[in-house]
Amino acid sequence: MSFSDLVHHRPSPEDSRAKDVPKSETPKLETQQLCFSYGPTQVLFDVSMKIPEKSVTALIGPSGCGKSTYLRVFNRMNDIIEGTHHTGKVLLETIDVNAPEVDVVALRKRIGMVFQKSTPFPKSIFDNVAYGPRIAGTRNKKELTEIVHRSLKQAALWEEVKNRMNESALALSGGQQQRLCIARTLANDPDVILMDEPASALDPASTARIEDLIFELKKNYTIVIVTHNMQQAARVSDQTAFFYEGRLIEVGGTRALFTKPKEKQTEDYITGRFG
Amino acid sequence: MRPLDNPSATNVDKQTPRSLARKFSLQRVREQAIAFTLFLCALLSILTTVGIIYVLVTESIMGVGESKAFFQEVSLKEFLTDTQWTPQYQEKHYGVLPLLGGTFLVAGIAALIGLPIGLFSAVYLSEYASPRARNCIKPILEILAGIPTVVYGYFALVFVTPYLLKPIFQDWLGFEVSVFNAASAGIVVGIMIIPMVSSLSEDTLRAVPRGLREAGYALGSTKFDVSVRVVLPASISGILASFLLAIARAIGETMAVTIAAGQTPALTMNPFESVQTMTSYIVNVSLGDTPVGSMSYKSLYAIALTLFCITLAMNFLSQIIMRRFREVYE
Amino acid sequence: MSDTRDVFDSKLASRHRVGRLFGLVCMCSTWFAIVMLSVLLVSILWQGLGWLNWDFLTSFDSRHAEQAGILAGLWGSLWLIFFTTLLSVPIGVGAALYLEEYASDSRLTRLIQVNLSNLAGVPSIVYGILGLTVFVRMFGAFSEGAKVLEIPILFATLRIPLPLGRSVISGALTLSLLILPVVIVAAQEALRAVPSSIRTASYALGATRWQTIRHQVLHASLPGILTGVILSISRAIGETAPLVMIGALTYVAFTPGDIESPADIVRNPQGLADAPFDTFTALPIQIFNWVSQPETSYQHVAAAGIIVLLVVLLVLNSAAIVIRNRFQKRMKW
Repeated sequence: MSFSDLVHHRPSPEDSRAKDVPKSETPKLETQQLCFSYGPTQVLFDVSMKIPEKSVTALIGPSGCGKSTYLRVFNRMNDIIEGTHHTGKVLLETIDVNAPEVDVVALRKRIGMVFQKSTPFPKSIFDNVAYGPRIAGTRNKKELTEIVHRSLKQAALWEEVKNRMNESALALSGGQQQRLCIARTLANDPDVILMDEPASALDPASTARIEDLIFELKKNYTIVIVTHNMQQAARVSDQTAFFYEGRLIEVGGTRALFTKPKEKQTEDYITGRFG
Repeated sequence: MRPLDNPSATNVDKQTPRSLARKFSLQRVREQAIAFTLFLCALLSILTTVGIIYVLVTESIMGVGESKAFFQEVSLKEFLTDTQWTPQYQEKHYGVLPLLGGTFLVAGIAALIGLPIGLFSAVYLSEYASPRARNCIKPILEILAGIPTVVYGYFALVFVTPYLLKPIFQDWLGFEVSVFNAASAGIVVGIMIIPMVSSLSEDTLRAVPRGLREAGYALGSTKFDVSVRVVLPASISGILASFLLAIARAIGETMAVTIAAGQTPALTMNPFESVQTMTSYIVNVSLGDTPVGSMSYKSLYAIALTLFCITLAMNFLSQIIMRRFREVYE
Repeated sequence: MSDTRDVFDSKLASRHRVGRLFGLVCMCSTWFAIVMLSVLLVSILWQGLGWLNWDFLTSFDSRHAEQAGILAGLWGSLWLIFFTTLLSVPIGVGAALYLEEYASDSRLTRLIQVNLSNLAGVPSIVYGILGLTVFVRMFGAFSEGAKVLEIPILFATLRIPLPLGRSVISGALTLSLLILPVVIVAAQEALRAVPSSIRTASYALGATRWQTIRHQVLHASLPGILTGVILSISRAIGETAPLVMIGALTYVAFTPGDIESPADIVRNPQGLADAPFDTFTALPIQIFNWVSQPETSYQHVAAAGIIVLLVVLLVLNSAAIVIRNRFQKRMKW
């Protein structure tokens, strides 16, 4: 069985019910004793965590705690940076994403990512969303149009841009740009969406729209979101993980973690009593 | 309130201690003299431009005093439409087309070689090469840029034509390759502009924000997809600007072309024939004994003016495009 | 949905192939430039090394390739570099100081700045025409008869011809105008690299603007300015076209002011005063002349001349690198 056969297995629609509590079946993503370093600086220590399918997992913690680095190990974005090193395992379902036979391009197509700063390409709105399918080899104009329209609708951007598909994406507002980036990721037909503080640069109204969108998307996708904003984590996530100084301090159901944290450090952080 | 209307203001003035009062001093005069001298230095660059334009215009468009300028004796129509350039012969023709043709033939060959190779190596340096490789390669390209053009001329004549063009195009493909030819000149001018295209384009490629590249990779792009579909389109205006500068440089290049392309003003598209460019005509005339005031002397200025206008227009265009590019990313 | 995934799978291998091919093309392009540089250097060394000896450096050009030497060109180039540096460095640095330290963002300043980038793109041969008209002929103002202005100085008499004619000083003036834009831009960059905190600190201590510039800004930016200046000067050394225009001679059997060795500088003070106004040739001009000779033996002479020219450039550029490295270690912001 090849890697793409493995990752292209999709569960049937009846599985896709929203859930409040993480389930105990095979997790969608998992890390086992993951350590990670940039050159001589180790930034992650022995992180083991399971991320269930079709749920939202929030990664919280102070700046520099390693949560963004942790997010980027799943789609191997850290490969781009020179001199990185890791030990331990990163699994997508049962596949080791760092295994030599895994194609990083195929991996990233399955695990999409949305960044803190919206990064529309300096092209038209249509071309931005069609980018992924195009490079993947879909040339058929009708098919592309269909994918673009569907993705924009999924990202709740369709009504705002349907009459200006050929305008530059740079002309959109910040919140629209971020939803465009989400649409662009959706057009790639991923299973997992990683979000690195997707709303931190946006105004409250745009943030609320992104949060609604995340709530909507978790019906079909597994979402991992890094956030600085604890209210946001509490609002959108099913599971929350607290990182501190490169270690995973605590992980659990969001309500449980926020109301009855097991660890002292977690409690200090979520109550704002942090040094 | 104006200080003069207020008697207390003068009072304040009187109360200013002598040590803080503004007073005449040699030091202040010196400061101002220095500032003025430095200003004159800066003004010299404007004066140079004015000088160039004045010199070119008075000898070619509007004569000063009794002397007639080039275009007062030759009509612009003849200059632009006649297909022969023979100022030194008995039967004189002043058609700039053969010189323009020669110039653009050489510059075209140079562009064909220098632009893609320069751009590809810029992509290599900015997207593919490790920092160590980049640190090795960039100084080498700088050396290439620092070699005097007369050396490239020698290289064209002594190496490119006999050891590269003749074996391939004459012995193998059956073209007639003359000793002086446009191709060899074009090739060495192409090599000459590689470092320029490469370093200017690399600067614009590296100015593309890192976030765009990451977004590209996160969408499942290969390095090729990111380079060609994200980074290159995002920096296209900067690249165009560098291309324009490089072509302007190729058009104004003189010594390599004078040595390698020959001295035959011919309207031809055959790269293996000898051609004369605008620059090599200027050199050729000034090497000979040309009496001041003669038509061939004046033709120098007419050709130089043409050359100046073409390169200036390209430089200007390049700067405008570059400013657009900076507005997007800086 | 699933068919786009099938498309992805079927195309993935060929996408990787295209990617590898493209990477290879990019790498080969970079290597092309490096290989060409090596071929160029090797072919020159191959042709010229055998002809390079002490006699070549100490004799004049000759009708016989075997006896041709580069002495006149060497001295001509030395004089040119000397006067070009003397003229272009103070003016260039002065202009940069004005633009960076004094000028407000006025229309004139912006005009000067745009003009500088345009001047840098003007073909060198156009500067040659400018030099020919302004310095060599002086607009034909002395066409009735050339004059000589005699100024006695300490040990000799300066004999300044009017117009300047095909003299060393005409060449140096022309080359100075040519490299001024480059010098100014390089000096501006060096000045910009000086942190403004240094200026503020100096003003706070009660220094005037010029005192601040002289003691702090110039001192701190000196290595950057020097590097830029040396690189511009080395560009001037290789310039051929403007010198051909202003009429540098191609076949010369004397040196400017007849100063043929360093000892002559002391021995012959009048020669020293005459040298700037003497006719001359230069290294690249001699090379150009030899390359243009039909006899193949002159190709070797040309190659030997090129080696001499490249060595001079190499020495200057190494000096620039050494200066940059030494000062960079001493001063780090």
